[in-house]
Amino acid sequence: MTPAVDQIFVNIKHWAVFHSPAAMRPAVSVLLSIVPILAVFPGLFAVTTVLERKGLARMQNRYGPNRVGPFGFLQPLADGLKSLTKEDIVPTGADRLTHFLAPLLLVMTAFLEYAVIPIGRNMTVANLDAGVVLFFAASAAMELSIFMAGWSSRNKYSMLGAMRAVAQMISYEAPLILSSIAVVMTAGSLSTVTIVEKQAGYWGVWPYHWYVFTPWGLAGFILFMICATAESNRSPFDLPEGESEIIAGYFTEYSGFKFALFFLGEYLGMFAISGLAITLFLGGWAAPLSFLTFIPSWIWFFAKLLALIAVFIWVRGTLPRLRMDQLMNFAWKFMLPMTLVVILSAGIWRFLPQGVARWLICAVPIAILYILLGRSLMGGRKLEKRTYRFAE
Amino acid sequence: MSVPFLILAAITIAAAVAAMTLRKLVHCALALAVCLVGLAGLYLDLGAEFVGLAQVLVYVGAVVILIVFAILLTRSDEHQSHGSSRILSGVAVSACVFGVLAWAVVTSGTKESPNAMLPQGAMKQIGVALMQRYVLPLEIVGLLLTAALIGAVVIAMEEKQNTK
Repeated sequence: MTPAVDQIFVNIKHWAVFHSPAAMRPAVSVLLSIVPILAVFPGLFAVTTVLERKGLARMQNRYGPNRVGPFGFLQPLADGLKSLTKEDIVPTGADRLTHFLAPLLLVMTAFLEYAVIPIGRNMTVANLDAGVVLFFAASAAMELSIFMAGWSSRNKYSMLGAMRAVAQMISYEAPLILSSIAVVMTAGSLSTVTIVEKQAGYWGVWPYHWYVFTPWGLAGFILFMICATAESNRSPFDLPEGESEIIAGYFTEYSGFKFALFFLGEYLGMFAISGLAITLFLGGWAAPLSFLTFIPSWIWFFAKLLALIAVFIWVRGTLPRLRMDQLMNFAWKFMLPMTLVVILSAGIWRFLPQGVARWLICAVPIAILYILLGRSLMGGRKLEKRTYRFAE
Repeated sequence: MSVPFLILAAITIAAAVAAMTLRKLVHCALALAVCLVGLAGLYLDLGAEFVGLAQVLVYVGAVVILIVFAILLTRSDEHQSHGSSRILSGVAVSACVFGVLAWAVVTSGTKESPNAMLPQGAMKQIGVALMQRYVLPLEIVGLLLTAALIGAVVIAMEEKQNTK
């Protein structure tokens, strides 16, 4: 453990607050908590756009961006300059104020979500008693901003995209919240900091208390990540912006920097929800093996975040887009019952003594429901090897 | 009265007035959302963290979205004239609701002991109260809401069968 490096940002902040005039201290403290988040996560967004385009390109047998800067890594700079210098077009029939406010509200609420995410040891902007609720409240406001964008554009494609987005986000919000309730129940707290603390400690070298290493936690984590993909409107849940059907969905009528803001908001939402998944299931900023604790906690947080982003990119490159009815059926007929049984299993886990038997007893209901739901939703259809007419 | 309270109260009242007077129904719904967020801010200002955040989660995330969906899916004409009798009945209903609420606030015990409500670990208190003292009302509300949900689904399903 190297506390000096681990706590370097915390100590810098304390030093700066200590050396500022007394009247300014609250303002300095707040600024020093917020500004790094406003700087780091958009920076991560810039890096992720390149990584995503390159990753997708690799999966699709092409090169991806490789012209601007070394290995194409200055591409986001070029993209940013392009979107800043482009004309900002507002449709004549648009509701100007709502049209203007929608992207701002989206980015604001996305940043608000970071307030409760522990980025490292002692590195949480606001350790709220109801931190998880704040996160979901902010993401609820995000839905409203998407609706505002779609409605104010006065374009039928925008409207359809907004309707799809809101319907999808509401449907997947229910299993998202329910799967995090299992963690909240076990940790006995809604505070993200407490949830991370409860997962601390190792069994040998193994981080035994991470919730992902329990049967309900594993199932809950997978369900949570599926819902997170749907909440951030990413492929295979990218119906709200399905290019082949409705142009670009709710931001069809946005151009220039407002379009970039939507892009930013979407990625910020994805990072935030991945951060919450890390907090709830993957032990927060804790090292994955006990002898790796010498590496600072914030590096671990960002390592886990990048790993989850890699999964998002992988899934986007792999799966085709769902149909609307498939989306709704999946949410209400599969995800919701699964999350309910995850909560049940977490409740059983709480009252059983430690051991292999507890693992098995808690895994059984989840497995049974998974098999039953899978069988019944398949409805007797058989999966066969698909025959291609032209590809082979 | 502190400065945050005054700012939040001004925002809430202005948004409430806007929600009643704006011409387009979607604007009214959005103004209502601002009003509800302002109320949530007032709760947060009072230290009721959970109540404030749940207010945003439930009202902005669910109720306003529902209202907006209802507006979009049901009405094509956005402008509707308001008759004077409608305004009168509206005033009467709101006066009644205000009277009941004011009576409830005035006669409740909070006025005598404002310090009894200080939030100490409010989250835990709410949880314990819901799960021990008020567990029966909670379950009844849950049952009621589930019944309403199933009822809504049944109504929607009947419609689907008729069209076949």
